[in-house]
Amino acid sequence: MNARIRWSLDLVRELTRKELKVRYRNSFLGYVWSVASPAAQALVYFFAFKVIVRIAVDNYGLFLIAGLFTWQWFTNSLTVCTSVFLNNASLIKKVAFPREALPLASVLNDGLHFALSLPVIAVVAALYGVWPRLSWLYGLPILVCLQFLLILGFGMLVSSANLFFRDLERLVTILLSIVFYATPVVYRMDMVPERFRTLLFLNPMTPLVVNYQNLLLHGTFQWGMAVLSLTYGLIWLGIGWWVFSRLRWRFAEAL
Amino acid sequence: MITGEIRVDHVSKSYPLYFKLRAGFKSFLFHLPSAVESMRHARFEALHDVSFAVEPGQAVGIIGHNGAGKSTMLSLLAGVMLPSEGSISTSGRIAPILELGAGFHPDLSGAENIILNAVILGLTRREAEEQYDAIVEFSGLGEFIGQPIRTYSSGMLVRLGFSVAVHTKPNILLVDEVLAVGDADFQKKSRERILDLRRHSVSMVFVSHSMEAVRAVCDTAIWIEHGRVQATGTAATVAAQYESHA
Repeated sequence: MNARIRWSLDLVRELTRKELKVRYRNSFLGYVWSVASPAAQALVYFFAFKVIVRIAVDNYGLFLIAGLFTWQWFTNSLTVCTSVFLNNASLIKKVAFPREALPLASVLNDGLHFALSLPVIAVVAALYGVWPRLSWLYGLPILVCLQFLLILGFGMLVSSANLFFRDLERLVTILLSIVFYATPVVYRMDMVPERFRTLLFLNPMTPLVVNYQNLLLHGTFQWGMAVLSLTYGLIWLGIGWWVFSRLRWRFAEAL
Repeated sequence: MITGEIRVDHVSKSYPLYFKLRAGFKSFLFHLPSAVESMRHARFEALHDVSFAVEPGQAVGIIGHNGAGKSTMLSLLAGVMLPSEGSISTSGRIAPILELGAGFHPDLSGAENIILNAVILGLTRREAEEQYDAIVEFSGLGEFIGQPIRTYSSGMLVRLGFSVAVHTKPNILLVDEVLAVGDADFQKKSRERILDLRRHSVSMVFVSHSMEAVRAVCDTAIWIEHGRVQATGTAATVAAQYESHA
């Protein structure tokens, strides 16, 4: 293998390992915490929407878990990526390593946690009487890859842009909380009034979340949605890479 | 074998002043016309028409007062910035000797940081593991190597950073002051190591305020003031000029 490629792979791997180690170094419950946060949210939403509002969605707990765990990866990665170059300022200013390795490692780290939380989803599914399906075997890996593309694209975008617009950090936090409700996580797509549905599908997280929900609840993988997700993933990865490559030579100057 | 060579050819570097934007959207929007105007025109020229060359095995000192452009020169050589004009060519692997613990994670052990840092500086994981024993040995950190580095003293951090950098099979070393830190023994050891590397055609750029260190380490020196070359020549001559001026 080409030495440069070999090294790049090692670099990304070591940076990802670092993130994992740091996460687990100071807490025995590292893994539990990464599952606890979306699980606690699921409980809250379950109480609010199932117990109080009496939303008409079957297996609502499983429905929530499917969407919330997916959302968690998205929101965690974007939050971390926004400040990833700032937090590594001393390296960026001194060493000419490929900068894209930093957001890439962050997204991989959260993606790994998401993958590790899939068994928890399977357990919740079993509690609802839904057993693993054959379609999960190909459906879940495909969805994880599609989501990775999309998150990496956004990650490259916000990590680069934040060096030049430091307010972006706050903006990302606000936007994430708005986009959360524009994603069918707590409600089902068919409850949305017809005229808003197309609008919701402009949200790149919508086809992903809908696909996860249908796959986990009914075992159906929606290829059309997957193609839409792939399109969004490639578009945002393109935008993210474009912004990154236009700005990367100015990183050291802006820090 | 690659030898360490540096060619700096009529290099200028100016920065746009990002301060209006970095102060945030609010001040940017409140001063929109002037902010846009200032982004267009306000540039700070950190280096102007600088040229020099470093031959394999040679050490050059860069001296000058604070804000003279020394750090900018190091950044350009490290390849983290591009010159606005002129060109820079370097050969082989560049090892910057980082300031206190840069790129280290405080919660990871010295051992874990060695591998991570060596990989960031350009070694593959396997190469980093091959160098590991030599790095620990050189750092003299002994059993502390298993402790998280937030427990290290600043001297220990410098020793660790230096040990990793000189074991990354560099062709060019970029050194920014740090040699003055650490105890006398380690200073001696690190100077010997640098001399040894230079015998193997590693070239070196040394930025310092200490004329004594420049005389001891460098063959030639460049004195930069306000981004312009004030004097060049042998280390002894330029250091003497600098001292008589100050």
